[in-house]
Amino acid sequence: MNIAIRTLPGAWMQLIRAQFLNLSRTPAYTLPTLLFPVMFYAFFGLLMIPGRAQFLLCTFATFGVMGAALFSFGIAIAMERAQGWMRLLRAAPAPISGVVTGKFVAAMLFALAIVALMSVLAAGLGGVRLATGQWLALAGVLAAGTLPFCLLGMALGLWLSPSAAPAVINIVYLPLAFLSGLWVPASQFPAWLQAVAEWLPPYHLAELALHVTGTRAGDWVWSAAVLAAYSITFAAAVAFGWRRLDGIRK
Amino acid sequence: MSSQPIATCRGLAHRYGSTDALSGVDLDLPAGAVTALLGPNGAGKTTLIHLLLGLLPLRQGTIRLFGDRAPGANGARSRIGAMLQISGVQDNLTVRELVELFASFYPDPAEVADLVEECGLAGLEGRRFDRLSGGQKQRTLFALAAVGRPGLLVLDEPTTGLDPAARRRLWSAIEARRARGDAILLSTHFMEEADRLADRVVVLDGGRVLARGTPAEIRRRVPRDTIRVRSRLGAERLSALPGVVKVRDGSEGWTLLSGNGVATTRALLEADPDAAELEVRGADLETAFLALTGDAPTDDGVRPGCAVREDHPSLEERETA
Repeated sequence: MNIAIRTLPGAWMQLIRAQFLNLSRTPAYTLPTLLFPVMFYAFFGLLMIPGRAQFLLCTFATFGVMGAALFSFGIAIAMERAQGWMRLLRAAPAPISGVVTGKFVAAMLFALAIVALMSVLAAGLGGVRLATGQWLALAGVLAAGTLPFCLLGMALGLWLSPSAAPAVINIVYLPLAFLSGLWVPASQFPAWLQAVAEWLPPYHLAELALHVTGTRAGDWVWSAAVLAAYSITFAAAVAFGWRRLDGIRK
Repeated sequence: MSSQPIATCRGLAHRYGSTDALSGVDLDLPAGAVTALLGPNGAGKTTLIHLLLGLLPLRQGTIRLFGDRAPGANGARSRIGAMLQISGVQDNLTVRELVELFASFYPDPAEVADLVEECGLAGLEGRRFDRLSGGQKQRTLFALAAVGRPGLLVLDEPTTGLDPAARRRLWSAIEARRARGDAILLSTHFMEEADRLADRVVVLDGGRVLARGTPAEIRRRVPRDTIRVRSRLGAERLSALPGVVKVRDGSEGWTLLSGNGVATTRALLEADPDAAELEVRGADLETAFLALTGDAPTDDGVRPGCAVREDHPSLEERETA
């Protein structure tokens, strides 16, 4: 049996475990990633804008999972490149697929934690009532929906220095969230800004979340197709960035 | 020692922009032997190591690992352990978690408990990497390199920053690996380390091989002794003594560098029977290295390389000739 294939499952599990432990022991990641979106939802979704708890659960949870993905990939990879961790993994027979999968699963687990915390708040304080299948669908869609943001974060992490990564990723993250209508519904935007929002990936992830919770019956097929197209584009950027590493001394 | 090379490199060359990092380098790494790679900063050591590990694309030359494997191929990578010069790890993982992670990459890894014991990490398994001392961190990185029972161990300046005791512990671990039959490539700035560990030494400078051989052969490439003495003879007369290539005056007397310490000493005592505090020291590997690279002054301020290299071409130059 091929050596690489024989060791692959164990390596994948270890990489997933290592990524999750690493993130969970990094307060600079866990606190803002978990607490900020939940706090924002509590203030804006429940206290300041009453009556829209279910709608804002979907949009603020999208905001949360997007951050978990961008930061776990973008900043972490930029730092790991600079520290030599990525190079050490490349020198060892670490499966690159496992390295990426480990980060993806860790980001998904944090995404699920964010959705769970917000769901508890939404049900407990916001009076949101969903069928069990809808709660599960919300968690599933948002966890899987981290994929394009993980890939975007990875593409940025492969290009940025560790000092530039936090700033650039915040510059990408916050405007993208706002322009996608995650804080203020896109329906309240001017028409031209609304047209911009409808081409952004967070807008479509929120649309999927709204669809599966029965909050708004959007065109889920179109939203899924847009997210898939973004995922392919970002994956190509990752592949390009990864190949670039082969030609430089990183 | 087996004569079968684990790795064979021929005609390696690599450029960064317009800078030649390596030019026509050949290297064999036999099983059960430590090959030390010496050279000043920028000599091309790390580039050579990165080519060997498949971390840089091989544009010129050939590398064959374990017979017919190319660098970076899975069949080669799973038999190589690497300890790189800048090797940050996810430093909030514990020693055990890191070792188990790396063990999972290899088809036949070492027992974690045995490896931890062998690398002097017993009792530290549950400690996070960022809470280890410098020596413990280096030993952990060594354990990550060794956990796959590699046939080839590549160590890029593994003892930099370690205190003497920590360095010696790591040396013992390296010696144990050699005794098991691993081929070991050791890049180092420490001549004492190369002298103690290396079966063969390759001296690189400016991307080229200046010399290669056993440590003793390298020392013999620079047949120079250092003679320290208090003497009434002046610099002119001392310079005229047989074999002397450099004379330096100092607060502790004269320092002579000689290509023939015996002849110089004999002539010195004939010319000045009252010469006192005479000390004759043979060339060590560091002296030889400095002479070959001509890149740094000795501790007494003498730049030894120029005069010697003019008279004594490097082994590589001799081989070429």
